[in-house]
Amino acid sequence: MIEFDHVVMNFGEKEVLKELSFSIQDGEIFTFIGPSGSGKTTILRLIDILERPTAGKILIDGTDVTTLRDREKIQVRRKMGMVFQKPSPLRGSVYSNVAIGLHFRKIGHQEIDDRVHEALDLVGLKGYEERKATTLSGGEMQRVAIARAVATKPDVLLLDEPTANLDPLSTEKIESLIGALKERFGITVVLSTHDMVQGQRLADRIAVVIDGRIGQIGTSKEIFYHPMNRAVAHMVGVENIFEGIVAANEAGLADIDVNGTRIVAASHSSPGTPVTIYMRPEDITFYAKDSIRSSARNMFSGRITKVVPIGPMVRMKVDAGVKLTAVITQRSFEELGLELGKETELTFKASAIYVVERTE
Amino acid sequence: MSDVVEGIVQAIQLIVSLDQEVLEITARSLMISLSATLVGSLIAIPLGGFIHFKEFGGKRGLITIIQTLYALPTVLAGLLVFLLLSRSGPFGFLGLMFTPTGMIIGQTVLIIPLMLGMTLIALSGVSRTKQDTVISLGATSLQTVITIVKEARFAILGGVILGFGRAISEVGAAMIIGGNIRGYTRVLTTAIALETSMGNLSLSIALGIILLAIAMVVTGFLFLVQER
Repeated sequence: MIEFDHVVMNFGEKEVLKELSFSIQDGEIFTFIGPSGSGKTTILRLIDILERPTAGKILIDGTDVTTLRDREKIQVRRKMGMVFQKPSPLRGSVYSNVAIGLHFRKIGHQEIDDRVHEALDLVGLKGYEERKATTLSGGEMQRVAIARAVATKPDVLLLDEPTANLDPLSTEKIESLIGALKERFGITVVLSTHDMVQGQRLADRIAVVIDGRIGQIGTSKEIFYHPMNRAVAHMVGVENIFEGIVAANEAGLADIDVNGTRIVAASHSSPGTPVTIYMRPEDITFYAKDSIRSSARNMFSGRITKVVPIGPMVRMKVDAGVKLTAVITQRSFEELGLELGKETELTFKASAIYVVERTE
Repeated sequence: MSDVVEGIVQAIQLIVSLDQEVLEITARSLMISLSATLVGSLIAIPLGGFIHFKEFGGKRGLITIIQTLYALPTVLAGLLVFLLLSRSGPFGFLGLMFTPTGMIIGQTVLIIPLMLGMTLIALSGVSRTKQDTVISLGATSLQTVITIVKEARFAILGGVILGFGRAISEVGAAMIIGGNIRGYTRVLTTAIALETSMGNLSLSIALGIILLAIAMVVTGFLFLVQER
């Protein structure tokens, strides 16, 4: 188990981590997501004892690693493997790259041979043994880096933005590899990424890191649908955030007044309570004016004020009394005949809205 | 001009006929400068590793001093070693003045700053991530230093060859410490200086051509290694 207890990290004047406390259980895939520069890499480096925190304790299996001597640090570090964002192949063959951690541990030649082949097989680079590591593609280099870490049979694998510089195909390979590692060896995987969808795909639990603090820790469902605050919501792509006051509540359906627009949400908040409401842009659906939609509580008319195509999807801003952001498929966009400046009908379910009571 | 042409012709004759004295001077030059390069490397590379990996007060200042000493005048290095080795100096009892060993010491002192500086540049050329990768793979401090030095080996080798080039081409230290004794401490550069002053141009040119040829072989070797 890895525990951070009020960890502070300063680089010169800059406060990079601010009183961080969390724990990572054995055998889970734990992901830190956050924008670049939020402190994710520093957290991983602290776990691998590559940095010493300015204040606070870091416990690995109950031992405070911040006070260890160099020799003891190496012993703890040898139970972990770290893969950096930049793969950094060493000179020489793929084989010698994967074997190096084992040489450091003075493991016998036969076992090194077995483990190198096993690790390369695992990452799908069987037959690459004699290739020069520096001549590989980015994705291959990153897989060599993973094989290099895995060959040492770590209890904990730390992956710092392992797919940040890779093409989608390589990313997919590495993601399925991470899943396989947990399945086959029960390794604890600690991952950092700025790609929230990757976090969602891989993680048992996610910690959202914003500006050196942890905004929220939870399962992907909790984080993506029940963000604890505005900053987390922004980070995980919840683009519809409004403040309002509960006007009425009937059997768990709150009627919320948002600047004069009424929105119905599943909530037990009592009338008069100030609330913040969150809704993902994917949860808004559009329909042709004459078709009938009865199940949804919230039905609005609005004017499309902005259209941005993103791959097979279209992101739209719609002014429906409140300014909504919606994402629909390009196909639906065309079939419904939507375009910039046009009036449209839209709806969303009361259950798609997450309501948080405001305390201030 | 005809002197020069005549000199070149004679030089070629001397080289082709494997003139005993020319061969002997060349062999001695190589022996002394290669020894100085070897001893210098054995000191400069580990020391460079130590300076690169260790954090200590005054590190920046030390590196500046090392860089300044790249330009250490050869006669000054000669003078320094002369003061140490001469009869009245602290190491006078060793009797190393006017010996090839004394010349090796002189050239070693001369080229250590250069090789040390080049080692530092080579090591700082290895990315921080690579160093962290090595540490994260469970390397001890010694294993880290060895691995990173190995990573920088071609750049370090460049520094070693540069040191050799400076050693074999210098005349000041060799003259002051060796004394240019025929058959004992005379090397290519001191011989060229002497023969030229005596008007013996053909021998000077022959020795000059050999010196250049050695430089060419050395740079060619460096090129080959770095191409690999």
